[in-house]
Amino acid sequence: MSRAVLMKMSENNSDKEEQTSSKGKNISLPISRVRLIMKSSPDVSSINQDALFLTTKATELFVQHLALSSFNNGSGKDTNTLSYSDLADTAEESETFHFLTDILPKKILARDYLKSLEEMQEEDADF
Amino acid sequence: MAERPEDLNLPNAVITRIIKEALPDGVNVSKEARRAISQAASVFVLYATSCANNFAMKAKRKTLNAGDVLAAMEEMEFERFLEPLREALEVYKKGQKGKKEVSEQKRKDKEKKNDSENDKSKEDEEEEEERMEEEPEAENEAEEEEEEEEEEVEN
Repeated sequence: MSRAVLMKMSENNSDKEEQTSSKGKNISLPISRVRLIMKSSPDVSSINQDALFLTTKATELFVQHLALSSFNNGSGKDTNTLSYSDLADTAEESETFHFLTDILPKKILARDYLKSLEEMQEEDADF
Repeated sequence: MAERPEDLNLPNAVITRIIKEALPDGVNVSKEARRAISQAASVFVLYATSCANNFAMKAKRKTLNAGDVLAAMEEMEFERFLEPLREALEVYKKGQKGKKEVSEQKRKDKEKKNDSENDKSKEDEEEEEERMEEEPEAENEAEEEEEEEEEEVEN
């Protein structure tokens, strides 16, 4: 684990008395990091403390929701594993997760891709 | 401070923990899936921020507030989050109130301390110079402490 992660973890641990699990009322994700991401959004001037908290908490809920939905929806139940393809499938099939299709593209095997490329070229050649 | 690409990611250890807590016991999560969920989470933050910001701009406000974020969740079709978010916010606000009182008290104590130190400053030049060399270090330590305090208040 990188030192940055360890430092972040110890930062979180120092608030241990206040944190229960992420299911509880407090949060695990570092607010400062969430703020960094939010500030990188154009047109955003300032963010009030409560908004920052809510966004962080919402992100945790989102992670839980995405993981569980993908697992239930996917083929992972047989293998007892959540895999990348479960996530990609869910992004494509579920309306709520549709905004993720760009970053969770479905994967195809290289040879299938090359094959379809060939077929496209053949069509052009025939023409 | 320049933003490095990894700074826009969320810490892997925490993401992994949240995933594990959400899934049934004993389920494995591939490394690729973990990384993908982490990236998805960052995208979620951006999307939510942009959406919340639209609400703020509509109301001619420059500061994003809690209402904007909640409105964004609804807009993004994450109504299921609204109830738990509102509850969590209540608890958070109560906690913040307590912390504020504690840190205000600390600040008052610090001010008292600084006042009494300033009274001692009538020394000869040599000693003053020595102290001036030392002071920057002490100031830095105080600044660091303040930064830490601020971080705690936020967290």
